[in-house]
Amino acid sequence: MAETFIMIPGRTSKQGCGISEGKFGETYQSETTVLQVAPQDMERLGLREGDRVRVTSEDGQIEIDIKPSKGDELPPGLLFMAYGDLSSRLMGGDTHGSGMPTSKGFDVELERLD
Amino acid sequence: MATVEQADAGPDEESLKIVYDATCTFCGCVCDDIDLTVKGHQIVKAKRACVLGNSWFLNHNIEDRPACLIGGKPAAVEEGIQRAAQILFDAKYPLIYGLSDTTTESQRVAVGIADWIGANIDTTTSVCHGPSGMAFQGVGEVTCSLGEVRNRGDLIIFWGSNPAESHPRHFTKYSLMPKGMFVPNGRKDRTCVVVDVRKTKSAKAADLFIQIKPRCDFEALWTLRALCKGIELDPQVVEEKTGQPLSLWQDLMNTMKAAKFGVIFFGMGLTMTRGKHANSEALLTLTRDMNQHTRFVCKPNRGHGNVTGADNVVSWQTGYPFGVNLSRGYPRFNPGEYTSSDVLARGEADAAMIIASDPMANFSQPAREHLARIPYVALDPKETPTTRAAEVAFTVATYGINVPGTVYRMDDVPIPLRPAFDSPFPSDLEILKGIERRVKELGRG
Repeated sequence: MAETFIMIPGRTSKQGCGISEGKFGETYQSETTVLQVAPQDMERLGLREGDRVRVTSEDGQIEIDIKPSKGDELPPGLLFMAYGDLSSRLMGGDTHGSGMPTSKGFDVELERLD
Repeated sequence: MATVEQADAGPDEESLKIVYDATCTFCGCVCDDIDLTVKGHQIVKAKRACVLGNSWFLNHNIEDRPACLIGGKPAAVEEGIQRAAQILFDAKYPLIYGLSDTTTESQRVAVGIADWIGANIDTTTSVCHGPSGMAFQGVGEVTCSLGEVRNRGDLIIFWGSNPAESHPRHFTKYSLMPKGMFVPNGRKDRTCVVVDVRKTKSAKAADLFIQIKPRCDFEALWTLRALCKGIELDPQVVEEKTGQPLSLWQDLMNTMKAAKFGVIFFGMGLTMTRGKHANSEALLTLTRDMNQHTRFVCKPNRGHGNVTGADNVVSWQTGYPFGVNLSRGYPRFNPGEYTSSDVLARGEADAAMIIASDPMANFSQPAREHLARIPYVALDPKETPTTRAAEVAFTVATYGINVPGTVYRMDDVPIPLRPAFDSPFPSDLEILKGIERRVKELGRG
């Protein structure tokens, strides 16, 4: 069953290194294609590292593997992923007159793929 | 000390060159104290570089790729210049976008081309601190150089910014660790506060971490504005809106008023979240308010190596920092109308030139789908999703590693580049000058 979360895409140093190594290389690809979930949420939803989930925003949908966030970095209810092709697929084209699509802090539905 | 010297090498070894005080252009810190050890066309060591700088320097060697591709097939550079100029000249609504990872010298030529062909010109600022740029125009910016932060800052606040991941030397070179003129004991003389929705790596460096509710930056900043002015607030409403008790905000305000030189560095946690320019405006106004009590400044933590240069160059040539339309022969500025995400997502541009950026990876899906439908030119040292789908793609030399020039640090300080080795690929500047020359010829008929 789908559950609502708040998605926070962002920068990571590994993603930054991956840009310099090349965007089609292993570092960038692996860093930008995994979703971090708070350990409490993983336990509550019976999710394990490596499980595949579907994430749906108002504007797009992706399928992605998950891993637990480190320590207490992510509070329950929030999701994090490094900027990249997949995170961009969840953004809408409307910038609300600012030039900037809402790229952080938007609602998504998360459901497990069996 | 000489800027470049040949190092001793054994009889069987290729000679090594040391480039002192090279400039790293990966992020907006633009560290200009890197000593590079260069072996032929490869940097083998980057002394003092952070993890991002190290990856930047060690991975920009000479790749075995054509200097120019037209329709995915190798072509002569001059032929690519002719084709690129024709695409841009024939377009009714050409878009020129990117510019944050190239020299100011290239940026000014790109603006020149936009002027000649009546293009829409925009930089990656529009999808990072564009909302802050709008706020600067609305309320102004109380600011300073990073040198002042290093020498004076005794309260350093990071709001929606995670320099431990995005600007790894920020703490050690500028904001937290250095022993400065008025903070002689370095870190011991400074208080660090991190405000974020996540307990990021940067939070671990803070004396106080304040975890706010997502999408409530505006409410938290206005809570501080009210406390700064001594306005009474309802504790229940404050906690409900910000996720933190009023007493904590009051303690923070007391700390802020007690500081001798407070600094707020802010990031895309503010500008990309609901509220966008209103969030930045709230933070800039809070900074202004604080100056009734003590010295307070703020600075956006800028991401790309010369995104600040792009703001400067586009401003000095058109009067506006980004999102500028020149189709009527004079500049018009309107974020939301002339910014690239909008121009593409609405399907308006009919050709484009993308310089040193990767919208095919970073833009919204509707914007990317439209870019894929129109002919466009791409300049980049690396192969990216954007270069792969370009009608004309140029492989260019890397700025700062192969190409000299000037970049602007995030505090608007211009810094010269000290390249490490020559590249067989042309620079952005050479390609753009060629395109400018050709569009001028086409314009004369």
